[in-house]
Amino acid sequence: MTKRLLSLKVNGRGREVAVSDNALLLEVLRDDLQLTGTKQGCDGGECGACTVLVDNQPRLACITLAVSVEGRVIETIEGLVQSGRMSALQQAFHEKLGTQCGFCTPGMVMAAEALLRREANPGEAQIREALSGNLCRCTGYVKIVESVQAAAQATAGARA
Amino acid sequence: MKHEHAAMARTPAPATHSIGERTPLVDGIEKVTGRARYTADLPLGPTLVGRIGRSGVAHGVIRRIDATRALALPGVRAVITGADFAAPYGVIPIAQNEWPLARDKVRYRGEPLFAVAADDEASAQAALGAVEVQIDALPAYFTAADARADGAVLLHDNKPGNIERRVEQDFGDVDAGFAAADLVLERHFECAEVAHGQIELNSTVAQWEPERERLTVHSVTQVPYYLHLTLAQTLGLDASQIRVIKPFVGGGFGHRVEPLNFEMVCAALARAAGGAVSLHLTREEGFLTHRGRPASETRLKIGLKKNGEITAVEAEVVQRGGAYGGYGLVTILYAGALLHALYRVGAVRYRGDRVYTNLPPCGAMRGHGAVNVRFAFESLLDEMAAQLKLDPFAVRRANLIVPPYRTLNDLQVNSYGLPQCMDAVEAASGWRTRRGQLGKCRGLGMACSHYVSGSAKPVHWSGEPHAVVNLKLDFDNGITILTGASDIGQGSTTLLTQVVAEVLLLPMARIRVVATDSALTPKDNGSYSSRVSFMVGNAALRAAQAMKRLLVEAAAKRLEVQPDDIDWQGESCAVVGTDRRLDFAQVVQASLAESGTLTVKGAWSTPPETQGGKFRGAAVGSTAGFSYAAQVVEVSVDEDTGAVTVERVWVAHDCGRALNPLAVEGQVQGAVWMGMGQALSEETQYHEGLHLRANFIDYRMPTIAESPPIEVTLIESIDPLGPFGAKEASEGALHGFAPALAAAVCDAIGIRPRELPITPDRVFDAIHARQREERLRARRALAQTAEHP
Repeated sequence: MTKRLLSLKVNGRGREVAVSDNALLLEVLRDDLQLTGTKQGCDGGECGACTVLVDNQPRLACITLAVSVEGRVIETIEGLVQSGRMSALQQAFHEKLGTQCGFCTPGMVMAAEALLRREANPGEAQIREALSGNLCRCTGYVKIVESVQAAAQATAGARA
Repeated sequence: MKHEHAAMARTPAPATHSIGERTPLVDGIEKVTGRARYTADLPLGPTLVGRIGRSGVAHGVIRRIDATRALALPGVRAVITGADFAAPYGVIPIAQNEWPLARDKVRYRGEPLFAVAADDEASAQAALGAVEVQIDALPAYFTAADARADGAVLLHDNKPGNIERRVEQDFGDVDAGFAAADLVLERHFECAEVAHGQIELNSTVAQWEPERERLTVHSVTQVPYYLHLTLAQTLGLDASQIRVIKPFVGGGFGHRVEPLNFEMVCAALARAAGGAVSLHLTREEGFLTHRGRPASETRLKIGLKKNGEITAVEAEVVQRGGAYGGYGLVTILYAGALLHALYRVGAVRYRGDRVYTNLPPCGAMRGHGAVNVRFAFESLLDEMAAQLKLDPFAVRRANLIVPPYRTLNDLQVNSYGLPQCMDAVEAASGWRTRRGQLGKCRGLGMACSHYVSGSAKPVHWSGEPHAVVNLKLDFDNGITILTGASDIGQGSTTLLTQVVAEVLLLPMARIRVVATDSALTPKDNGSYSSRVSFMVGNAALRAAQAMKRLLVEAAAKRLEVQPDDIDWQGESCAVVGTDRRLDFAQVVQASLAESGTLTVKGAWSTPPETQGGKFRGAAVGSTAGFSYAAQVVEVSVDEDTGAVTVERVWVAHDCGRALNPLAVEGQVQGAVWMGMGQALSEETQYHEGLHLRANFIDYRMPTIAESPPIEVTLIESIDPLGPFGAKEASEGALHGFAPALAAAVCDAIGIRPRELPITPDRVFDAIHARQREERLRARRALAQTAEHP
């Protein structure tokens, strides 16, 4: 299959990759850009582990064609660490044990990040709705909800 | 003045305590930043792509596998079959009847038949389609009853009746027990097959060095040393030719406690192709590899006195085991061993059958062997309590153990926090005031459970200690823990760091962990049956004590006093009652001056009295410490749809001592929630052996939207053998969920579910069956009134 040169903006950095038209965003991120923080946990669109942000919206990288996001702002879990500081969500997932095995965590954090960007102070029901496409097999989700709440509070505290 | 100056120059840091502190995971930052490398993420350089060809036939004789056409395709480097392996394997040494790729016969749809290694995905896929396979089909059996029927073709020639294992155990006079009972009740319970559903896909990367004939394998295993031995056995290699490394692992839950076929296939492909091969399985292939909890049928009979005292128990369990042995015989033994040992009971008769069927093999899954019998036992107790007009808590309280205690089947109970667990959830849930007051279609139910802290006799019994931990301390003043314990997300790396830090009273920042690399770390029996906290924790404790002794001796020598005169405070130590002190760096320097790099070892084994009785199968269920749990579940039931919603769960878990309360809470919540998945929605399904739910859409694990708050109380019974008194925390609370839920559903709508999962379909059907019955009864009553006005 012929390939074409694709210009992507990933985590604030311009990247050029040669991809075929049927290449998935997940493959490009993991195999071409070595951004292996984005995980694959299923055969397509079942588990949410590959959630990334495209123009601030959560997207499943495993069912997104790379060519379809050319010129859009793509963010992965690696991009949330700014100047050596973890984001409020990363800090909270770490401290509140919102992560156990860690495999669903990047997708979970990115889905939560999208939520907090559109709703800074979400209620518990909003949190549960926003993360309902992300499966976790370890935590029973209790500490994931607490982590998102703690991050929202920390962000609100920082703004105040 | 002089004294003040000295103090300013070197303020002695206070001793640091780590045990009992709410401690985030020491590898948590890697996980939340995406830096954690799992097997599929490893930068191991270019590898060939491996793929597995699977059987489309559920049971048959392999006549021919011809790879000629596949090997002629461009980019195809190797094709292997069962003939490329030296020996069969199986996790139980006496039941090794599985080949990494099927030989002679296939026994389930999806069984690996052959495998290819190619330059890229497309070439590998093309090669899969080009291998020619001829299989003559045999009759296939998809239920335990069909497989056991007279005249059924045998899956394995040495197993008549397709019975893998029949267990017959009798303790005490069961008939006299039933005769002495005021109420005897018998019921039948069914539980569907469930799967582990760990989110990480199965992956292995194998690197073969043809020049040296050495193999390095990175894989998703929970038990690296056993994978190592199995690789040697199936590939016909000496174990010293192999190195096994476990990177970050994305969950296990038992799926990865057995060496799995794809791991050996990947290694054999690498050898055949003379290089490195990655084998990344799909989610569907994960469901075909399976090893989950078997579908089971339980006939249970219990005798109770009026006061709730259990006089006798009789159980018959049939497990649909799938096509190979796997952990099967342990599973059927666990079902008997842990059926009744939670309480003091009068007498027990247990009959268990593990049956071979033409389905993916079952194995160990969180709560191994004991979950489905606990559902039956607690459900029947609940029903009988109601008939005797006893509160569900009261009937359990009539049968409590007082430790130290030896159960009927010779299991040793040294600590028993179940009474406190029950008190805690009874109070937290408002049981006494709220039960019966919640209104229509809302209910409360409770149940108890327990589990082992590791098997007191490991499956692969070699006489070695149960756990070994090495510590290294060198010129950098940093301590490295070398352990084979597999962190699969349960936090073992964090826990071991805490244990070592606590003994040495040092901050955890001084300690690093190197884990699960057979070239570096001591052998560990692996992460299964909740053994790590108890056993590896004990080994780490002893290793740290050994290191502390050496450091105290060196400090004493440097300060020219006796070791007993040293007051050890971690970052510093002093001669008791004086200002004469050394800081940690000075102590390390003094110690290294004696003999160079400090390396110490800690080992631990279960005491003989905890290793079970003398009867056949007695080792299964034996443990050095049982955990206990009680939980109350609150539900609401929608009578129009049959949907059951779990509103809230209160759970108390006796973990002995909470080494890390944050992590223990997380483990208990995860266990309860996994129990909820099995109880409410999870169920595999096959049509003529074809998996119909081999994905996360059709295999329904609860999402965050339908998961309840789970309120945890930790009970610390301080076990005499556990490290700092600790016991297991990851499994014991799982077993109680399903029966507590069933009891809550009964409390809500008066219908007692005896079949898992309790899906809307099943509840809806039960509600309608009851309505039909009520209408019939009303009509009959009317007719009778008409006849006899």
